[in-house]
Amino acid sequence: MSTPDHDPTSTSPVLSPLDADGVRAALTAALDAVTAATDLDALKTARLAHAGDRSPLSLANREIGALAPSEKAVAGKLLGSTRGRLNQAIAARQAELEAERDARVLRTESVDVTLPAVRHPQGARHPLESLQERIGDVFVAMGWEIAEGPEVEAEWFNFDALNFDPDHPARQMQDTFFVDPPEDGLVLRTHTSPVQARAMLERDLPLYVVVPGKVFRTDELDATHTPVFHQVEGLAIDKGLTMAHLKGTLDHLAKAVLGPEARIRFRPSYFPFTEPSAEPDVWFENKKGGAGWIEWGGCGMVHPNVLRAAGIDPDVYTGFAFGMGIERTLMFRHDIADMHDMVEGDVRFSLQYGMEI
Amino acid sequence: MPRVPLPWLAEWVDLPAGATTSAEGAMQVAADLARVGLEDEELHGSDLTGPLVVGRVLTARPEPQRNGKTINWCTVDVGAFNTTDDDGAARVPRGIVCGAHNFGPGDHVVVALPGAVLPGPFPIAARKTYGHVSDGMICSARELGLGDDHAGIIVLEDSPEPGSDAIELLGLGERTLEVNVTPDRGYCFSVRGVAREYGHATGATFRDPAAAVDVPAATASGFGVELADAAPLRGTPGCDRFVARVVRGVAAAGPSPVWMQRRLTQAGMRPISLAVDVTNYVMLELGQPLHAYDLATLTGPIVVRRARAGETLVTLDDVERRLDPEDLLITDGADGTRVLGLAGVMGGASSEVTPSTTDVLVEGAHFDPVSIARTSRRHKLSSEASRRFERGVDPELAAVAVQRVVDLLVAHGGGVADAALTDVDQRADREPIVLPTDLPTRVVGVEYTPDVVRDVLETIGCAVSGTGDVVDGVPSLTVVPPSWRPDLATPIDLVEEVARLRGYDEIPSVLPEAPAGRGLTPAQRARRSVARTLAEAGFVEVLTYPFVSPRIHDAFGLAPDDPRRHAARLVNPLSDEHPELRTSLLATLVEAARTNVGRGLGDLAIFEIGMVTLPVPGAGPAGRPGVEARPGDEELDRLRAAVPPQPRRAAGLLAGNVEPAGWWGQGRRADHTDAIAAVQSVAGVVGVELAVAADPDHAPWHPGRCARVTLADGTLVGHAGELSPKAVAGLELPPRTVAFEIDLDVLLAAAPTEPRQGTPLSTFPVAKEDIALVVDADVPAGDVFAAVRDGAGELLEDLRLFDVFTGSQVGEGKKSLAFSLRLRAADRTLTADDAAAVREQAVAEAGRRVGAVLRGS
Repeated sequence: MSTPDHDPTSTSPVLSPLDADGVRAALTAALDAVTAATDLDALKTARLAHAGDRSPLSLANREIGALAPSEKAVAGKLLGSTRGRLNQAIAARQAELEAERDARVLRTESVDVTLPAVRHPQGARHPLESLQERIGDVFVAMGWEIAEGPEVEAEWFNFDALNFDPDHPARQMQDTFFVDPPEDGLVLRTHTSPVQARAMLERDLPLYVVVPGKVFRTDELDATHTPVFHQVEGLAIDKGLTMAHLKGTLDHLAKAVLGPEARIRFRPSYFPFTEPSAEPDVWFENKKGGAGWIEWGGCGMVHPNVLRAAGIDPDVYTGFAFGMGIERTLMFRHDIADMHDMVEGDVRFSLQYGMEI
Repeated sequence: MPRVPLPWLAEWVDLPAGATTSAEGAMQVAADLARVGLEDEELHGSDLTGPLVVGRVLTARPEPQRNGKTINWCTVDVGAFNTTDDDGAARVPRGIVCGAHNFGPGDHVVVALPGAVLPGPFPIAARKTYGHVSDGMICSARELGLGDDHAGIIVLEDSPEPGSDAIELLGLGERTLEVNVTPDRGYCFSVRGVAREYGHATGATFRDPAAAVDVPAATASGFGVELADAAPLRGTPGCDRFVARVVRGVAAAGPSPVWMQRRLTQAGMRPISLAVDVTNYVMLELGQPLHAYDLATLTGPIVVRRARAGETLVTLDDVERRLDPEDLLITDGADGTRVLGLAGVMGGASSEVTPSTTDVLVEGAHFDPVSIARTSRRHKLSSEASRRFERGVDPELAAVAVQRVVDLLVAHGGGVADAALTDVDQRADREPIVLPTDLPTRVVGVEYTPDVVRDVLETIGCAVSGTGDVVDGVPSLTVVPPSWRPDLATPIDLVEEVARLRGYDEIPSVLPEAPAGRGLTPAQRARRSVARTLAEAGFVEVLTYPFVSPRIHDAFGLAPDDPRRHAARLVNPLSDEHPELRTSLLATLVEAARTNVGRGLGDLAIFEIGMVTLPVPGAGPAGRPGVEARPGDEELDRLRAAVPPQPRRAAGLLAGNVEPAGWWGQGRRADHTDAIAAVQSVAGVVGVELAVAADPDHAPWHPGRCARVTLADGTLVGHAGELSPKAVAGLELPPRTVAFEIDLDVLLAAAPTEPRQGTPLSTFPVAKEDIALVVDADVPAGDVFAAVRDGAGELLEDLRLFDVFTGSQVGEGKKSLAFSLRLRAADRTLTADDAAAVREQAVAEAGRRVGAVLRGS
């Protein structure tokens, strides 16, 4: 370290601006001091000592004015370049030490980012609702509309308008909750199909609607049954519709919901409101236990009697209808083994699925 | 659902080798039947495993026991299964203890050896009993699941080789397929029907068992039968055919042959006696329900008539039934004074075949499906007969089936059939169906040529005529369906037959093009936003059953005349505890809350969106218009008016912490603000402004902590806040549970239907003013807020209430409310004078409306 020379009492001789060796020595001493400074305070001390007003190089610089004109240029050049080098070195060291200090300060501010971060937990949608919306969107994208209807429904809409003869055993196929008094003719709808009848009576043709909703049958809750469950129903009435269009529609739904390889096959079946009737099986890749077929609801061509009851001429229009269980779809799509989890309202069930499905 | 033993099926249609005894073969039969619409419900295999072998009894020594029984100590030669001797050869007969006595040395019997498992399951092992080691068991029919015959052990005829496999010998490996028959296919409640369908599915040759019976012509002198239905239902006589024949001197109450018992057992019926078993056997094979009467108990003629007021009958199941005038009866005596049975449903005890019966009258009749269905439903009495009749029985079968019964009775019970045969046949002719030839193609979307259509219809038994005919300008076929297909009545029924027999796999997949749609309705979109908003705010969606107990209204603390007590009630609830439909979502949401809390999930926020049912007193019956054409507007109005209003609600419930405690410190308990905030955010996302006011009188909410939420015009939207401590205790919820319930239909109807219009954003500098106002402690903050807002006028951009202070500094019975005002003009920079003026106006308005005074003044 050089002697501090800002002391006004200093008696050391002034360095001559023409003393090249002396100037070089002063520079060397100054650079050593800058390099040796390990913090910003030390650097400040070194700067005042070697580049301050009373530093040897500054004092030497002040002497230039007194020199002969011929010497001024030589001395000016010498001291100018020397002081320039020194100032650069100081600035560089200053930047270095400031960066070190900043890094040190930020280090002390560091936190544990692995600590729990969620102070306001998110909720979740019920996956049965999300799945109904998702299926609805598949149809809306094709130009279909979503229709809705009441859950406590007139027997006429639930059965009669759908070609269920009051004395036919099919009326007993669906174990029905009746509303008291029975003479009022009200039931809890056993399927979403009464909305078919309402849609045909209320909407213009051609008609393409999909009906998600809650339905009721007198089954006790067990692993695979629940008295309250959900269906999605589809109904299309137009000129020239055939069972091929029905299969195409369900094929599309299967691919949209169960993957691009999914496909549909039909087995003959019976429903009073369709003829011909079929039960679709769906094949899909991610079926539990390996790709394969699984039963997936019921469908068929709308029975001419159903069209007539809604005032539609079956000689001009044909239609198809289908219905799928949402619970069942959710169970095989998401490998849910027991119905209880879906219906008991345990929040842990919905939370597994978040908002999208 | 009917069970079809596969060897029985194989008698009438060719099945592949191995189909009757191997699981794989049986599954292939099931898959083939599914293709034509007969889904398999279950495959009943053999639940017996061997070794089960033929044994020849060498010795049988009776040994009386101290318990009074006598057992037989037997040695039995079981061939290769004999015990080995010193040379290692199987020569030592097995010693077996047997309690039965109907056999002796030299008889061939069935032996279950150690390791076998008999139905039960009943594993067989060598065991020490009555002083011997019994090395196996000599089996009776019942022990092998071959029927109820426990008279004794099975003695085999024809002396089969000892040691040979008895499982195959007795048909114990035979498979039975239970098929799910849809209600339109009554004819498949028979081996005959299923065999026919198997033939359709595979092309295998079908032999009609009905054609194998030789039916003699009816005579005039048979047992008297009168069809006297004075009140046909829906214009159809209750009985249009009745065949009867007498067999005399038959051992009617004796056992039926073992093979018949085995088949009945496989088909799920219990063998009872020859007469009963034979009628059941023929019913299972052909599909015609039959009845055998003890002739000695009958006083002719038989009269088929409707019941008379006050009549009763004790049916074979020992239940005394009060008869309804719609019930169709079999009766006898003059004018049919005595009731013998409910026609087509169940017989009565008085004419039952008993051990003393020698002469039998066999009945085969055809009844109206509607009549049988109503009687069966009315008496909650579903029998093998009623299940068939209500789905429709082939009316041609009555005479065939009676003859088959007569043949079997004579063959297995001795006796002689009377030559006389009654056949009262009053069937109406069947209308032919005119089928446009192109209809199948138009409906199914597969090109079916007229030849194909005709061919399919003839294959299923239709008489097709008129190829090339043109009816009403359309090329058409005239089709008379076969007698066993009462379900085929209209052209569309025939279309399904064409598609079904040609195979649904032929149908191509074509996506239809719907006209461009309008997307979701505004309400549908808004409901999704509401659900999403609640979920993002921390609520978890649950779906609860809408069934409630009336006691929930008491637990809620509802007043006796509260309209929420007026609930729709179910006639047949699943549980008598919960017979009503909810009138509020909260009523069922509390149960989900209890479930979660009970499972240790006490920090709870749940919500549900669903319907409630609010019956309108005196809404009147819905009526039942005809279905031949669109009902009239008045009828439709009545239908719609009868359906009770079912508004869609959203409800939520919070308990415990709404923000969890954590390393950051304390959690925050849910309070009334969380419930109110949820309602406000829901209204906010759909663009509706709500007014909030205290509601001191709306159970189950806390009278001092309940907000009544309304639209600007005062229409009620719902309630939010803390539940009353009493309701919380009664409902077993955590203390301080808070909840909300709002009517989404009301809320969404108030949402703007036109696009919301924006205000240009001013970029002039902001001015801020804070004011603290002192008011009486009971003045609602909302009123003060509204006064400040309205008083501040147009320059107010945003207003916040940021502090509420009570204490001696503001005076007893007073509170100070501090507001922060953000002011901005659209067209200039505000001056200090502008801001002061706003401040003055706001304070003045608050002073005028609620007596507010600027704090410190």
